[in-house]
Amino acid sequence: MQLTLGAITATLVPLGAAQAAEKIKVGLMLPYTGTYAALGTAITNGFKQYVTEQGGKLGGYEVEYFVVDDESDPSKATENASKLVKRDSVDVLVGTVHSGVALAMAKVARDTKTLLIIPNAGADELTGPLCAPNVFRSSFSAWQPAYAMGKIVAERGHKNVVTVSWKYSFGEQSVAGFKEAFEKAGGKVAKELYLPFPNVEFQPFLTEIASLKPDAVFVFFAGGGAVKFVKDYDAAGLKKSIPLYGSGFLTDGTVDAMGGSGEGLLTTLHYADNLTNPKDQSFRKAYALSYKMQPDVYAVQGYDAAQMLKSGLDGLKGGKFDKDAVAKAMEPAKIDSPRGAFTLSKAHNPVQDIYLRKVEGRDNKLVSVAEKGLADPARGCRM
Amino acid sequence: MDFVSFLIQVLNSLQYGLLLFLVASGLTLVFGIMGIINLAHGSFYMIGAYLAFALTSMTGNLMLSIALGIPLAFAFGALLEWALFSHLYKRDHLEQVLLTYGLILIFEELRSLAVGDEVHGVSIPALFSASIPLSDNLSYPVYRIVISVVCLALAGGLYFLIQRTRLGMMIRAGSHDRDMVKALGIDINLLYRTVFALGVALAALAGMLAAPISSVYPGMGSSVLIISFVIVVIGGVGSVWGALVAALVIGFADTFGKVLLPDLAGLMVYLVMALVLLWRPEGIFRKA
Repeated sequence: MQLTLGAITATLVPLGAAQAAEKIKVGLMLPYTGTYAALGTAITNGFKQYVTEQGGKLGGYEVEYFVVDDESDPSKATENASKLVKRDSVDVLVGTVHSGVALAMAKVARDTKTLLIIPNAGADELTGPLCAPNVFRSSFSAWQPAYAMGKIVAERGHKNVVTVSWKYSFGEQSVAGFKEAFEKAGGKVAKELYLPFPNVEFQPFLTEIASLKPDAVFVFFAGGGAVKFVKDYDAAGLKKSIPLYGSGFLTDGTVDAMGGSGEGLLTTLHYADNLTNPKDQSFRKAYALSYKMQPDVYAVQGYDAAQMLKSGLDGLKGGKFDKDAVAKAMEPAKIDSPRGAFTLSKAHNPVQDIYLRKVEGRDNKLVSVAEKGLADPARGCRM
Repeated sequence: MDFVSFLIQVLNSLQYGLLLFLVASGLTLVFGIMGIINLAHGSFYMIGAYLAFALTSMTGNLMLSIALGIPLAFAFGALLEWALFSHLYKRDHLEQVLLTYGLILIFEELRSLAVGDEVHGVSIPALFSASIPLSDNLSYPVYRIVISVVCLALAGGLYFLIQRTRLGMMIRAGSHDRDMVKALGIDINLLYRTVFALGVALAALAGMLAAPISSVYPGMGSSVLIISFVIVVIGGVGSVWGALVAALVIGFADTFGKVLLPDLAGLMVYLVMALVLLWRPEGIFRKA
């Protein structure tokens, strides 16, 4: 409904300059169906929570939403993003979860010079070779948590590791980040196993892992695939003999469904369930009140996308929307995130602490800080 | 690959193939006998999984939930046939595709409203929760063997139903000549309704059986749907026997493809389909 009304207003009512200065059009392009539906919803909730906390306004601008379900389908991504930019003429694009879709969105953002804030997708390119003055990320790069885990696994004395992941950019880059740190510390990745997204028939891989007998296994999966992998790994009896490690997406929002199979798993991420900073405590309380569920890292990333946008809009000082000025004001911002405060790298990716967490009951409990203020190397970014 | 791993991979292939058969058998019946392209068939698999989740949270017992779920799914199928699909027999395939695609969207939306978009787990019944050690560090979950046995029994049951019973005879006749069957005084509408409901019940049963091992999540029907169509096409449209053979072929191709040719894993199933269709354009088994 919001979408139709917005579209009609956009086409029929010519906006006066005064009016334009009071409103900001935000295009939320996120998955609301499919494997990543829950993630899209959490990001949206987080974003809207911050806007609500600000009295429905960001930096004095009333927020109007235009919502598109991207279905995590890269083949529809360009069309969906163009629709938001051209038909709805949004001022800023916010999206998305799936890296393949986000890469297409970044292309549209570059071509049309639209401001883009990526609240999840971690493809390294987005703040690497494809970095741009108008492209920002509120989440992480695939490299960050995986790199931190590579160091941890090596420190724990494992020498020989098998990796398993979906074969798409995020999965491959997670494996590459892990491998970089792990092999630098003297370890060896014996075999990299991949399966097509969102395929979840893991049984053949478990047999293969059992016959390769590595010291440990590093995986990237999220959502339904993560639940299934961990349950299968446990049911196959591998959990007892070969420790399993992953970047945090494996156990975020999925622990309940794992029904105990996840207990004790170690993962790395830029968020944990029992951080003690006051920002996180007030955030969690408000989120639980509004949405009747506990927030997760995705909700935090949505919340921070809105915070980043506010920092940018503050730079306008109530004047007419100007994306260059917004981007300029966003760059030096210090974001007071529930994950702990972070700043942005030159390539517009968060410079943040990566935590080592352990699954205990329903939570990803903080064990230690795996890497303090870890910045993505942003290889290939010229900006 | 050593011999033990090879044998275990064979077991993996059989289990995966048999589960796929359960979904594809209903699809091939409805497609082959009633001539309906039903894109919503994967949704019935998803509905089955969610039904298992919902009923198990109420009853605490998966087997009881399945016993309750099968008649529910059958009734749901009959209702759908009466309300929607019965109007589609004389329409062309494009209209069938449109309606059934619309149904996918409606089912996903209803699912989202009813149970939300989270991932859920269903626990394996205590009776089958053990594992059998196969090599020094790998065990095979008993529940997966149970699934294979149930699927095999159902394959046998379906074969008996279609080849040896009066209902089966009518089903076979109905697939060849609808008007002649009608002229013989058989209630063709009731017959179709039964076949459709049976197809829905089979897909839902597959979803219920798979729920503990696959977990329950939004959109889980779509990948199963695509692979089921591949199986129906390879097996020969309308042939339940063909669906069984094709499902096993796909089970083996997918399992061994993943391990031996990991780079082609995503393509394997389609390569097999292309090869089979070059060899037999109408599928391995023609229409019964």
